[in-house]
Amino acid sequence: MDIKQLQDVCRQVRRDIIIMTNKAGAGHPGGSLSIVETLVALYFDVMKGIDPKDDKNPDRDRFVLSKGHAAPALYGTLCERGYFGREEFDGFRQLHGILQGHPDTKKCPGVDASTGSLGQGISIAVGMALGAKHTGKNLHVYTIIGDGESDEGMVWEASMAAAHYKLDNLTVILDNNGMQIDGTNDQVMSLGDVRAKFAAFGYDIIEVKDGNDLTQVLDALHAPACPGKPRMILLHTLKGKGVSYMEGQVGWHGKAPNNEQAAQALKELEG
Amino acid sequence: MEKKAIRVAYGESLVKLGAENDKIVVLDADLAQATMTNGFKAAYPSRFYDCGIAEANMVDMAAGMSTMGLIPFCSTFAVFAGRCYDQIRNGVCYPKFNVKFGFSHAGITLGEDGGSHQAVEDIALMRVLPNMTVFVPSDANECEQCVRAAAEINGPVFIRTARLPSPIYDPRPFEVGKGTVIRDGSDLVIFTCGIMLEHTLDAVEALKAKGLNPALVSFHTLKPFDEDLARFYAAKCGKVFTVEEHSIIGGLGDAVASALCGTGSFTFRKIGLNDEFGQSGKPADLLREYHLTGEQIADTILHT
Repeated sequence: MDIKQLQDVCRQVRRDIIIMTNKAGAGHPGGSLSIVETLVALYFDVMKGIDPKDDKNPDRDRFVLSKGHAAPALYGTLCERGYFGREEFDGFRQLHGILQGHPDTKKCPGVDASTGSLGQGISIAVGMALGAKHTGKNLHVYTIIGDGESDEGMVWEASMAAAHYKLDNLTVILDNNGMQIDGTNDQVMSLGDVRAKFAAFGYDIIEVKDGNDLTQVLDALHAPACPGKPRMILLHTLKGKGVSYMEGQVGWHGKAPNNEQAAQALKELEG
Repeated sequence: MEKKAIRVAYGESLVKLGAENDKIVVLDADLAQATMTNGFKAAYPSRFYDCGIAEANMVDMAAGMSTMGLIPFCSTFAVFAGRCYDQIRNGVCYPKFNVKFGFSHAGITLGEDGGSHQAVEDIALMRVLPNMTVFVPSDANECEQCVRAAAEINGPVFIRTARLPSPIYDPRPFEVGKGTVIRDGSDLVIFTCGIMLEHTLDAVEALKAKGLNPALVSFHTLKPFDEDLARFYAAKCGKVFTVEEHSIIGGLGDAVASALCGTGSFTFRKIGLNDEFGQSGKPADLLREYHLTGEQIADTILHT
């Protein structure tokens, strides 16, 4: 796909996020909208061995959504990639739905790990990367963590292990949108110099100035690995990106748009 | 009688199993010399992963490794089951990933390190998790059977082991989820698990000396639990006692109580830690302090 086509997919995934959360009357649109370009880049361009018809291929690249509450973005991406039909959106957060409130590997095709309890996904991704090396599989593991999620000590335990085991087949993408539930990161729990902290933990870091610019995201994801070091992509994003009234608003972390708001958002997201 | 610590048997079993199955990998959190995984580390250094003093990360790393077709055994102290509980719950049990937990130094017989390190709640924590199998082997032979069974089971398994040497009994038939009749009897039945087998055997001798004919049943599997066997002996004997080196809340006693609930009328008493933490001391002194020696168990039974 060329960049224009990928941008169209991003726009469609944003629409999916609005449709899903509006129908369910719940969900996390803000932190979903901030990672759309990254997910679309991964599933439509970067990751190898991705095939909706063979979602258990043992040699495929893996993805773990450590910030599991951004499930609508993952579901939208998987749907557009062909893992399931759009009719599944009706079951988002509903009884017997495959699209659980947080990603469930047992229920949803294409989901490589169940996440939602913050801090765990990155650690599972570290285990996958280590397990891949152990078994001689030439695959790459990607995970998206949140900046709020990085309050969890486990993120740092996992990072320490990733560097210790020299996991150059691991890419940790930090969605640095600057906000969490109760306010901005700096109001709730300041991460300080986040780049310096993660660099000190042993990552080779690529900083992306605009994490919602597809070209910049693709360039970062395609950059060659640094031998012997895990990669971190420090992604500066805008929470709520693409929906004017959600952009940069803490209040849209875990709130669904009502019908009127959804209609406005979908209008803004028309091609 | 020859003795061996069940944790030692755990370490030796991993070495044996490691030779037969190259999918077995072992993770430890800087306690390999205590959990006895250092034998595996020496035998198969490339299949041993030290995770540092970071139990939570160890568990989810194991979860990730299991998705690559490996069978990870995580080892640390049983008391840290609480420390990495969310990881065991959400990282392993919820997706039913194929991760094993060999957690050692359970119960008050850990001894001198004191109550901060004596797990009296781990069985309760593990029993309540969907998809989890819970083993509490009573001797070295049974421990090897549990380790082998754990590797065969596709899903999470918890194995509780103890620090101190325990008697090694003649090998007994082993089937996951089945209790073992150690002694048939008719006047009362004692249900036990783990290292308390040794002490309930002493209690049986004391009760026999008083002219009683007690039955003794040991359970290496607390989940799935052999409810039929528990019901059979409760119905046969009428008087039921459970003995465990664990809180009387949520452990073997409650597994038996659940099995018997609604099935008849029994005298029933749970013997264990009475909703209390342990403390520092010599293991033998601690067993006496908490009324868990054979003689004291028999005395409790006689006065019920």
